Amino acid sequence: MEDLKKIANNMRKNIVKMVHNAKAGHPGGSLSCTDILVALYFNVMHIDAENLHDVQRDKFVMSKGHASPALYSVLAEKGFITYDDLMTFRLIDSNIQGHPNMLECPGVDMSTGSLGQGLSVAVGMSLANKLDKNEFRTYCICGDGECDEGQIWEAAMAAAHYKLDNLLMILDHNGLQIDGRNEDVMNNAPLGAKFAAFGWNVFSVDGHDIEAVTAACKAAEQVKGQPTVIIAETVKGKGVSFMENQAGWHGKAPNDAELAIALKDLGGE
Amino acid sequence: MSKIATREAYGKALAKLALENEKVVALDADLAGSTKTSEMKKVTPERHFDFGIAEANMMDAAVGFALNGKIPYASTFAVFAAGRAWDQVRNSVAYTNANVKICATHAGLTVGEDGATHQANEDIALMRAIPNMTVIQPCDGIETEACIRAIADYQGPCYVRMGRFAVENINDNPDYKFEIGKGVVIHEGTSPVLFVATGLMVQEALGAIDLLKEKGVDPTLINIHTIKPLDKELILKYAAASNLVVSLEEHTVIGGLGSAVAETLVAECPRRQLFIGVNDVFGESGTPKQLLDKYGLSSGKIAERVLAALK
Repeated sequence: MEDLKKIANNMRKNIVKMVHNAKAGHPGGSLSCTDILVALYFNVMHIDAENLHDVQRDKFVMSKGHASPALYSVLAEKGFITYDDLMTFRLIDSNIQGHPNMLECPGVDMSTGSLGQGLSVAVGMSLANKLDKNEFRTYCICGDGECDEGQIWEAAMAAAHYKLDNLLMILDHNGLQIDGRNEDVMNNAPLGAKFAAFGWNVFSVDGHDIEAVTAACKAAEQVKGQPTVIIAETVKGKGVSFMENQAGWHGKAPNDAELAIALKDLGGE
Repeated sequence: MSKIATREAYGKALAKLALENEKVVALDADLAGSTKTSEMKKVTPERHFDFGIAEANMMDAAVGFALNGKIPYASTFAVFAAGRAWDQVRNSVAYTNANVKICATHAGLTVGEDGATHQANEDIALMRAIPNMTVIQPCDGIETEACIRAIADYQGPCYVRMGRFAVENINDNPDYKFEIGKGVVIHEGTSPVLFVATGLMVQEALGAIDLLKEKGVDPTLINIHTIKPLDKELILKYAAASNLVVSLEEHTVIGGLGSAVAETLVAECPRRQLFIGVNDVFGESGTPKQLLDKYGLSSGKIAERVLAALK
């Protein structure tokens, strides 16, 4: 578990470095879901270099596509892309687009960016797996602000209707969206109760506790006849002192001085 | 000639195809009885998925099926498939080049009595503007069946536009062959007038040619089932021998077949063009025949406009 914490910390450094290098990007919501991605990619999902190009396998959909720096960082930790690739993020001619493009970047299972769509795609993948009676599972991270989108609830309805117990959604509940706090911009609380009312099994965990996220994901595998959502309580900008809980760092790049502070917060280069 | 609505032919073709190809799945949004995917549901119910009245979710779920190796046929009315779910089609279907077959029915004015809210006259323009998208509109039942089979063998997103109104089986001949991207010469005329038509306007164009022949005008008629990619070669070949090109579509004259033809001609073989289509207005309730006539798309109205243009 100490190794995984190191991986998460390294990802956070890469997230701030790549956003700094690109002079644009979304650090806040990337830092909030970093530990969730570590749990998924290193403890839960069966995705590796051998099956990476298989049409059927466990799949991951980053529905909040603007958290692409976090996704790219974990793909780099898995060895699917390189550190050099990360440093081309958002630059011309790069395969590391502002929002993930599955046709360009190895390991991206779905192109996302327009919020509210990823969960529906994950529903389709899960239905296909059910039809084939295979054991593959589909994982999807959504944002809390993203749940303002009506399509999330269309997908939630369908996932419960079709009893998709092979689908796991993790809600990155950092409480903030671009214009401010969820409850001020559009109060969509209580999200857990809403999913429960839609027929989902609901777990709540500390989204920065890799062990707890892992345990919840494993527990979800035992739930039959309904989909599971893990409400992961997180901190937007987690790990960088001046970004934590600041909506202003949703989509803004640190300057040179801010990068230095961020890296110092994360334990140096 | 026998008559059948293209949506009816779609239902039958999809049912047959599903029995032959296990990868085929159908998705619908509470309109299976109208889009006719209900025909497929009768024979392979385990591969038919209803998503309720939630077209955006259906369209993206189709992407999930496609990315996991299935061949999803996603159906609803054209106004919802191309309109309501446009962002899903653009960002999830087309950007990923997913193998999704969007089979939209109830396109155009001939939806009839339901009126303007349900008459998609903008869908060709909306779909044609999206990269990676192939846009097809069969003109009759025979072409529909051939198209539904052909798109299963084609890798990539397709938008197929079909109608509610019964049309004549124009392609009822042993030599008929359907190839994505290849236009079909329906009639070789003797006058330097070229008709380029799509969908049920092929039938109306044929009627107009009969009327025009009585006045000594005998246009050539090309059926363009694939609006994108357009069969430029065929259109240019016949346009070169014409001094008037007439585009015919049951769709707004903005951004549809007429625009696609004009884009080609103006760059390579400029010709005077008459745009037969819906003139930037909403439709209304009425019978299909009444609507075609009122909005200038009936055989009689086409013939009148062509004669006026030739004066």
